[in-house]
Amino acid sequence: MRYWKDCWGVNSMYYARVFITLKKSIADPQGNAIKEALLSMKYDGVEDVRMGKLIELKLENPTREEAEENLKDMCEKLLANTVIEDYSYEILEV
Amino acid sequence: MKFGVVVFPGSNCDIDCYHALRDVMGQPTEYIWHKDRDLSGFDCIVLPGGFSYGDYLRCGAIARFSPVMDKVIEFADRGKPVIGICNGFQILTEAGLLPGTLLRNQNMKFICETISVKVENANTPFTNLCEEGQVLNIPIAHGDGNYFVDDSTLEEMQVNGQIVFRYCGPDGQVIEGRNPNGSLKNIAGVCNKKRNVLGMMPHPERCMERILNNEDGVIIFKSIINYLEGGGIDG
Repeated sequence: MRYWKDCWGVNSMYYARVFITLKKSIADPQGNAIKEALLSMKYDGVEDVRMGKLIELKLENPTREEAEENLKDMCEKLLANTVIEDYSYEILEV
Repeated sequence: MKFGVVVFPGSNCDIDCYHALRDVMGQPTEYIWHKDRDLSGFDCIVLPGGFSYGDYLRCGAIARFSPVMDKVIEFADRGKPVIGICNGFQILTEAGLLPGTLLRNQNMKFICETISVKVENANTPFTNLCEEGQVLNIPIAHGDGNYFVDDSTLEEMQVNGQIVFRYCGPDGQVIEGRNPNGSLKNIAGVCNKKRNVLGMMPHPERCMERILNNEDGVIIFKSIINYLEGGGIDG
């Protein structure tokens, strides 16, 4: 078991948010269903709805660069399926 | 011939597959827990249907990183047959063993019904006892079976005969009206370029016995056994 205090002064904590969206070319039946619901509620201005995912992560890494490198790897390998999804992220130091 | 049925947390067709292979087909069959790493002695690996890891993140996305999957990929790379049914198909696409992916059904509904599928390629380890164009009636049961792949990969797949099953009408008409889930080109099952890895959304293990009034699934498993015994496919 590693404790936060053991890493004190070595690593920094980062807070990351990953946004995953369906590629524009992929139909989004969930987004369409939401759009239809909004239109039925008389929100007439709704042109399009696309639904995605937000994943929040806490990362402990020596540098921001390393945190970002890891995060990108995670997105490519697991968090997004790049056949159908795009991803973007933001990283904040805590 | 020895079959292995991989059990992931959330698999729920593992027992059906085991029953189909051991009791109906009379083959030695063992469960393989997803944390096992030893596939020695197996001739064919089955990834069964279900809801591995509760379909969290994306169907099959987390199961794909189960310890056994590295070994399944090695097994497939050695040219040995791997069949993924329903959630197993989803896991195979997530693992990169099969092209494309399975999206949410176009009508957003979970569909559970027996449906006709046409055998588009009878020259695979999984269909070698079928006739080209033969229509099989097999149950589907899924919420995410809407097959998608990009245009250039699709073209390549068509050239290579990688489209193995398409949803069709009772006389084999591949038409949009017989597409249950929005799959591109009515695709119900695909294989890899080497044809030793098959993914299919329909459940052949659910139609194996006369008591169920449907034995159309038997020909799939019979074909695998035939292939393993040295029969079956050209080139």
